[in-house]
Parts: sequence; C-alpha cells; structure tokens
Amino acid sequence: MASHYEAPIRRPLVLGEKSYHDVSVDIAKPVEGKANKSWWIVFSISLAAFLWGIGCIIYTINTGIGVWGLNKTIGWAWDITNFVWWVGIGHAGTLISAVLLLFRQKWRMAINRSAEAMTIFAVIQAGLFPLIHMGRPWLGYWVLPIPNQFGSLWVNFNSPLLWDVFAISTYLSVSLVFWWTGLLPDFAMIRDRAVKPFQKKIYSLLAFGWSGRAKDWQRFEEVSLVLAGLATPLVLSVHTIVSFDFATSIVPGWHTTIFPPYFVAGAVFSGFAMVNTLLIIMRKVVSLEDYITVQHIELMNIVIMITGTIVGVAYITELFIAWYSGVEYEQYAFLNRATGPYWWAYLLMMTCNVFSPQFMWFKKLRTSIMFSFFISIVVNVGMWFERFVIIVTSLHRDYMPSAWTMFQPTFVDIGIFIGTIGFFFVLFLLYARTFPVVSQAEVKAILKTSGQRYKRIRESGGSLVGTG
Amino acid sequence: MYTISNRLKTFSIILIVLGVLGVAYGFMTSQKSLEEVKTMLVEEHAHTEDTEISVAEHAESAAPTGTEHADVSHDDEHAAHVQEQLAKRPWSALYVSALFFMTIALGVLAFYAIQVASQAGWSPVLFRVMEAISAYLLPGAIIVILLAVGSHFIGHHNEIFIWMNPEVVADDKLIQNKSGYLNITAFLIRAIIFIAGWSLYQYFARKFSIAQDNAEPGDKRNFKKSFRIAAGFLVFFIYTESIMSWDWIMSVDPHWFSTLFGWYVFSGMIVAGVTVIAMLTIYLKGKGLLPLVNDSHIHDLAKYMFGFSIFWAYLWFSQFMLIWYANIPEEVVYFAARIEHYKLPFFGMLVLNFVFPFLVLMHSDYKRVPWFVMMGGVIILVGHYVDLFVMIMPATVVDRWYIGIPEIGSILLLGGLFMLVVFTSLSKAPLTPKGNPFIKESENFHY
Repeated sequence: MASHYEAPIRRPLVLGEKSYHDVSVDIAKPVEGKANKSWWIVFSISLAAFLWGIGCIIYTINTGIGVWGLNKTIGWAWDITNFVWWVGIGHAGTLISAVLLLFRQKWRMAINRSAEAMTIFAVIQAGLFPLIHMGRPWLGYWVLPIPNQFGSLWVNFNSPLLWDVFAISTYLSVSLVFWWTGLLPDFAMIRDRAVKPFQKKIYSLLAFGWSGRAKDWQRFEEVSLVLAGLATPLVLSVHTIVSFDFATSIVPGWHTTIFPPYFVAGAVFSGFAMVNTLLIIMRKVVSLEDYITVQHIELMNIVIMITGTIVGVAYITELFIAWYSGVEYEQYAFLNRATGPYWWAYLLMMTCNVFSPQFMWFKKLRTSIMFSFFISIVVNVGMWFERFVIIVTSLHRDYMPSAWTMFQPTFVDIGIFIGTIGFFFVLFLLYARTFPVVSQAEVKAILKTSGQRYKRIRESGGSLVGTG
Repeated sequence: MYTISNRLKTFSIILIVLGVLGVAYGFMTSQKSLEEVKTMLVEEHAHTEDTEISVAEHAESAAPTGTEHADVSHDDEHAAHVQEQLAKRPWSALYVSALFFMTIALGVLAFYAIQVASQAGWSPVLFRVMEAISAYLLPGAIIVILLAVGSHFIGHHNEIFIWMNPEVVADDKLIQNKSGYLNITAFLIRAIIFIAGWSLYQYFARKFSIAQDNAEPGDKRNFKKSFRIAAGFLVFFIYTESIMSWDWIMSVDPHWFSTLFGWYVFSGMIVAGVTVIAMLTIYLKGKGLLPLVNDSHIHDLAKYMFGFSIFWAYLWFSQFMLIWYANIPEEVVYFAARIEHYKLPFFGMLVLNFVFPFLVLMHSDYKRVPWFVMMGGVIILVGHYVDLFVMIMPATVVDRWYIGIPEIGSILLLGGLFMLVVFTSLSKAPLTPKGNPFIKESENFHY
C-alpha cells in the first residue's frame, strides 16, 4: 500500500531518533507504569461528577420527567441537546480512523486510537439520553421489533426516533469492532512485554492470540479497509438520521433540507475540536510529543477551519432561504433567533462557530498549542449552543403565539449533563492508563517513510539497510 | 506535447454542424401560432381522454392567478400556455446541455483545487488533463448566461426563468417579494462576479502550473502560489457555487426553495467532473500520451466516481425524503410535478446515478479495467444529464417534454464545442507537469 517514495517536502510525522523499539517502549510506558497523584485527583473529580449524574438520573426516573425544566411547549431541551452534542463529538473518531484511512492520510496513525476511544465513550454518553428522557424508560425495550404477546404488536418504522435506535446501536457496535480489531496487535505487544503474570493474563485475553503472521496481517489490512469503507457511510448516516429528528418535522427552524450534511459537518467540526482538547493534554501528560506533533495539531486545526467554514455557509444558506422562501413563520424563526430572548445563545453560537475557526488561516495561530487548545474549547461550547439554539429557539416560539413560552433548566438537567462529562472522563482516564493510546503497529508502518531519522538518512543519500 | 489530430478536429466540427442543424430545426418548429396550438390540442383530445384530463388539471394549477375563467377564455389561456411551453423547448434543451458541460468544467476545477490544496501525492500526473477540461469553464458559463438572459430578450414569452417575464411577476405576489433578489440586473451582476472569480482562478492556476515546469530546480515559488490561490478559490467556490445554483437552476421554479439545493447541485457536478477526468485520461493513455499514468491512478479516479455517486444519492435522498415526509404544500409541489410528468427520468436517474455506479464500480479489480471505467462513466454522464433535465424542464416545458432533435442537437453542438476547447487547451502545454514537487510521488504511485 505504501509507496516506496515520499516527496522531500513532506514533513516528518515521527520526531526524534526513533527506532521500532523506541516506539514500543514509549507507547507501553503509560500502561506499564503507575498512575501519579494528578491522575488520581482528576479521576476522583470525574468520578464524583459521574456519581452526581447517576444520582440525578435515579431521581428523574423515580420522580418523573417533571423534575427537568421542560414544559408543554418545549418537550426537548437539554436532554436532546446533550444527546446530539455527544453524538457529534463521537463522529470525529470515525472520521479519523475511517475517512482518513480511505484518503491515505498517514498522520492519522498517531491519533486514531484515542479518537476512536473518544467516539466510543462519547456515544455511550449520547446513548444514555434517549433512554432517560423517556417518561417510562422501563418500557424502553418496546422500541425494538420483538415478537410479543400483544398480537405481535410492532413498532412504526416511520419515526426518525426509531431510526436513531438502529443508527446509534449500529454505530456503537461497528465502532467498537473497528477499534478492537485495531487493538489486537497492540495488546499483543503489551502482552509480550508484560512481566507481571496478572498483566500477562489480562492482555493475553484481550489480544485474542494475535501472533502477527503474514496471513494475519494481510487479512487485518483487508478487514480494516472494508470496515473503513462501511464506517464512512455509517458515520454520515448516523448524524444524518439524528438530523432527521428535526428536519422531518414541520416546525419552522427545524424543517429544512440542509440539516443532514450540515449536522455531519458540525459533528466533524465539534469532534475534531474535542480530539484536539484531549490530545493536547494527553501528549504532554504521557510524553508522546514525538508522535502527536505540532503538525498533527495543525492539520486538525485545518479540518476544524474547513468544517467551520462549511457550517458557516450552511448558516448563511438557512438565513437566505428563510428570507427567499417568503414563509413568514420561517422568517420569524430566524428573526427570533437573532433578536429574541435567546439572542445571546445565537450570538455565542455564531461567534464560536463561524468566527473562531477563521483564526486558523494564520499559520502562527494554528501552530500555537495554547491557541489551539483555547479554540478547541470555544468550538465545543459553540457547538453545544448550536444544538441548543436549533432545538429551543424553534420550539419556544412557533405557529401559535398563545403557545409561546421560555425554557429554564433545573439543577437536574444540568446535573445529568455534568454527570455525562464525568462519566466520559472516567472512561477516558481509565483507557489512557490501560490501553496503548497510540497505535504502535500503524506508527511502525510509517516509521521508515515518515520518521525524522529515516527521512534524514534518505535525504543525505544514505541507505536504510541495517537501520533496524 | 499533445497535438490535436485532424480527425478529432473534424469530428468535433461535424458534431457542431449537426448540432446547429438540430438546434435550428428545434427553433423553427417550436414557433406555433395560437390557432395551430388549438388544432393540435383538439387532435390530442381525440387521442386519449386521460391526457386531456391531466392537461386540463395542469392548466388550472399553472394559471398564475388561480381564479376561475369562462370556458372560452380558459381554452384560449390553456392554448397560450401550451404555445409558450412549446416555444421554450429549444431554449431549455440548449440550456440543459449548456449547464451539463459547464458544471463538468466547474466540477473539474473544484476537484483540481482540492487536489492542489490537499497536496495530493497521486494526482499531479493528471493535472494537465484537469486544467484542459476546466478551460471550457469560461466559454461554457458565458453560454449559460447568454441563454438565460437571451431567452428573455429574444422571441416572445419563451424565457427559461419566468421571473424575468414582467407580466407573470405583475400577477404574482410571491415573486414580487423576491424581486429584490430575482431581477435581471442583480442576476447579471452576480453571474459576472462568479464567472470572473472562477476564470481568474483557472487562468492563474494554469499559469503557475506551467511556470513551475520551467522554473529552476528547487524553486518552488509557483507551487506555493498555486497552493495559496487554490485555498482561496475553494472558499470563494463554496459560496458562489451555492448562490449560482439558486440563481441559475433553483429559480426556474421561483416559488420553490430548498436549503440543500446548492450542495446537491455540487454533488452532481463533482461526480460528472471526475468521470470526465477519468474518461479523458483513459483516452489519452490509450493513445500512449500519458506514460506515467498507471492503473492505480485509474483505480483512484474510479473510487472517486464511486464515492461521489453515493454522495450524490445521499443528498438526493435527503432532499427528497425530507420534503416527501413533511409534505408541506409549498415545497412538495416540486416533486409532485416531477413525479407526475417525469416519472421515468425522475426515478430512472436514480438507477443511472446510484444503482449502476454502485454495482459496477464496487469491485476493486474492475476499477482498474479501463473499458469498465469508461462504461461506468457513460452511465454516470447520462445520469447527470437526466438530473439537470429533471431540474429545468418541468419548470419550462412542463409536460411537453421529449428527448428529440432539439435536445440531441444541443448536446452535439455544445459537446462538439467542449471537445474542441478541451483538446485545443490540451495541446498547448506538455502533458506532464514536471516541476511539481509531488510529481515523483505521483509517478511512483501504486495502490
């Protein structure tokens, strides 16, 4: 697959004088070492938030959905906002592991493992909301078309909420399989290095007896390619189906055909921002700066800039068509967003999503780690508000003025959201200590074409024979 | 260096001549007096009653005021409508073909800019092919605009865009509300900005690409300039392409609107563009003119054809399904009209643009077989033509459509012109851009 020649103007992707052995050592280090104090502090905070969230969830289910800030007009607010936000964040992982694989982007090798982990943990958070926002979550299994004793009472396949069930569950399963397949050679590496019998036992189980024969590798590559080919339409369709929840309705501000690709663009946008947030910290904490380089951060910033621009075009398209349509409800929906009681949310969303990614046109800014970190947070805030604005401002004022109202979240709404953030970090922190956070097998595959050391040897006319 | 063969030159001139004859025939037969139309309608009436009913229904729905008429004036009005539709047919046929070739050139230009901006390592050996195809953009876009506006100024009541007809606008409150945007002056100003922006990029990209060939080894200034303008163009393109599709295509139905429309049009043009790149590459390689192109390059192009076909289907479905699902009257008329009168092309293009490419180009080995890719390409191009046909025709000729001499003549005329421009441009520079820093990667490309 890899070509034998690489243009000299491409910058190295693995810095330092790394050999294959160095790669194994660097990547296995966090797994083999012990957690330090700051890890325990952050973990405890996340765990506390998670437990608090569980408390709020139990309280909701015991007492009723009325403990949230919803009302008769606004039946969806923080629950679905958080759901869409988390699903969106999850999309970047598949983008990096599948789409960038199809486009043969070698820089994905260092970041795909963590991005996929992020996908899975984010989709788990997202998956909570469709369950807990039900009035009777214990009847949640009724959404499944299972033969039953009610004369085989079936589900109606016309609802996008049912499509969500299939979309999210398929997405989680495929992502999990894709992630785990990629992990096999890495678990095997940890297994082979392990000295403690317990650790050896665990990683032997996880690695499924991977022995790295030529035939295995050949099939491994083929499976990765097929899964990438399947995951790409899947990732597009999942967020498309999430967007159908709104776009199939007749609510002004919701019913618009651009939602499918525009939600996907927004998902990539927010997902890459979250990857940046996590990786900028992680590369520092587990000393992987030679693998997750400034170039990686710069390229992710460029993706953020491109998708941010696409989202900007979609905003402007919506505004133009609202005027062009001549439909007064549609026109009012957008007037209300800009000048109504939630103008501040709309302004925040516009500033964070349309203006902030445009800073990335400046090389100085997009190669600055501090600035990238700041923008990645800004984008995540902006994208949360995008979902909030779409959902709440369209609902709180629509066709009948007598049904106009406002929305105010309660501590339970907020508590559950904080709980999911806590849960996400609990999972991610555990992952960072037990899993190889960079795919060593894939980094080794590009080491000789894109490693700094080997590039230097080749450029000075030397031979790679015997470099090991 | 490529030289256009005399046979090719003669062939494209023959196409143009045949096309001119077909188009002229179309214009001559489309002008009918009111009496002729009435006789024609009476004859049709005698043929089947079914048609009569749907025609009458249509006349009612198409009447702009929607008020009731006495029987006699109703007949007259209906005949006048049919007369207009017949007069619009050769204009629309030319317009669809003009859009077809223009969108191919524009799609290729966008693809080229993406390849440059993303620093693709596989495609530089194909850059000259892409540059040559996009050379058609300037004449092609000017032809589109001349037809759009010309159909208003030449002849009587045969404009492709009814909002250009002051009598229609006078009766139509909805169009009046949009006239700040939909008026000929603003339409032309926007068109000039789009065409100027695209052509400037095309001109300078080509210029820097050739300048890089002749530059000293190690001098990458022109390469860097191409990179910068490609990024700038892509931003300009994403905005202007959307507005262009509202202006030049969506506003043929001035009552209808869809936010996805611009991106949907884009998906059609990019798949057709990549298809033409692949077909021209295979042709030139068959002549032994692109020795550096191997079957991996063809494989990559075919993958793009495959992928973008699915992307097109995704956007087609998203737009159609959302409007069908919500069934809001002011939106759904668009598809109702198309399903009523254009059932075969409307659903047929789904087979051409999605099902066939999906099945034909799925297998990895077949994507390396030139004649197989050619076959897939022909299907995609026919599908793209039908796609544009179904966008334009229902708004202009309504149920009076047929793929006959005016349509085929238009394809031949503009197709001949397209070939002439593209091959002439191809013969003006060496077919391998040797100064590009990625050229060696592209030469050694294997997948």
